[in-house]
Amino acid sequence: MSRIVVDARGSFCPGPLMELVKTIKDAEVGTEIEVLSSDESSAKDIPEWVKKAGHELVGVEKKGDYWSIVVKKLK
Amino acid sequence: MKNIVIIGGGVGGTLVSNYLSHKLKEEIREGKTKITLISDRDKQLYEPGLLYMIFNRMEEGELFKELTYLLDPMIDLKIERATKIVADENYVETEKGRYDYDYLVIATGSRIVPEEVPGLVEGGHWFYNVEGARRLRDELARFKGGKIVVSIMGIPHKCPVAPIEVTFMLHDFFKLHRLRDKVEILYTYPINRVFTLENVTEVVVEYFNERGIKYKTFFNPIEVDAKNKKIITLEGEEEPYDLLIAIPPHKGSQLIIDSGLGDRDGWVPTDRYTLKVEGYDNIYAVGDATNLPVSKAGSVAHFEAEVISENIAAQIKGLPPTARYFGKAMCFIEMGFDLGTYIWFDYETPPKLVKPNKFIHWSKIAYNRLYWLTARGVL
Repeated sequence: MSRIVVDARGSFCPGPLMELVKTIKDAEVGTEIEVLSSDESSAKDIPEWVKKAGHELVGVEKKGDYWSIVVKKLK
Repeated sequence: MKNIVIIGGGVGGTLVSNYLSHKLKEEIREGKTKITLISDRDKQLYEPGLLYMIFNRMEEGELFKELTYLLDPMIDLKIERATKIVADENYVETEKGRYDYDYLVIATGSRIVPEEVPGLVEGGHWFYNVEGARRLRDELARFKGGKIVVSIMGIPHKCPVAPIEVTFMLHDFFKLHRLRDKVEILYTYPINRVFTLENVTEVVVEYFNERGIKYKTFFNPIEVDAKNKKIITLEGEEEPYDLLIAIPPHKGSQLIIDSGLGDRDGWVPTDRYTLKVEGYDNIYAVGDATNLPVSKAGSVAHFEAEVISENIAAQIKGLPPTARYFGKAMCFIEMGFDLGTYIWFDYETPPKLVKPNKFIHWSKIAYNRLYWLTARGVL
């Protein structure tokens, strides 16, 4: 399974979510996208969007001073 | 002889050029420094005026001024299209020649790319360039009822508050024409609120609700079905419309992409404080061209131009370049035809919104006429 890492650290809302949106548009179904964000609100906003858009939230993890949010494209 | 080259004749480019020529008068007179501005057009467009043009509140002729009128005569203006920046060898290629530089300022702005959303060119309208504004002005004059969708199809885009402003102005426009009860207005935004800044969102939602303006969030269009007049989103929704006013996706200049200086969308990686292009000590970026997490707006270019010109002038004079940009931005927000507010913020200070009032609206109307003094480096 392929995984794309989107490093959006240093950018604030809506940067990380919009980076995910751009990446997911072009990705193949089944791809996992890992968004790295230093903005705390991403840990809440991205899962909310993933739910609405019908993709799978694989995990949200705090790694030191940033968050890793992994999303799987389902459709 | 030190050569300073600026590429781009928008607000950022003219301001940096004018500020530099004021600061380096002596050096230019003595032939020690030369400022060259390269622009692919001979007139500057006052882009915020397009919002007024679509409602016939500013005329097209008011929105343009010759660059020769705006620039200090000591600046060497070249109306040429730059085709490549060769950053590692300190020169710029244009269709007509080559310009070597000691300092380069990239002021190439941003552009809309409506063609990147399938069906948008055929099925939508916009006011982010003159051609689009003309078409939308005529369409609004003809519109006698139905559903208007104002849809933001990508972030970042120029003037982040313009979609909110156009939505409020649509309300007042159709109210004046006694058609408001026949017009449904829907505003859509890609994230989970109607604007990026939370306290602006609160006020906008309150005023949207008072005016019966509907809104949808987490709305990311991927296609416009022009034939059936529907917007299709990444979230799996379909939204019908009678008139679509889109904020098309934006990209950086093709010159930046061709020169290998930009990220995926053509934005120039720029240090948020020094405004130097990452990896280069003698190249600066100003305004929309940068990848900075600040508004793509004229006021940002204005405040950045002050910092860049101060630092380049200092280096030419043999002084340390100590000016820093702290993310300062100031935006008027029109909330109708006689109501306005403004926000001011920087990297560390969140914006505070003053209660919308008529005075701020009329200040903005006055500024629309005074703007050319800003471009000349006077105001």
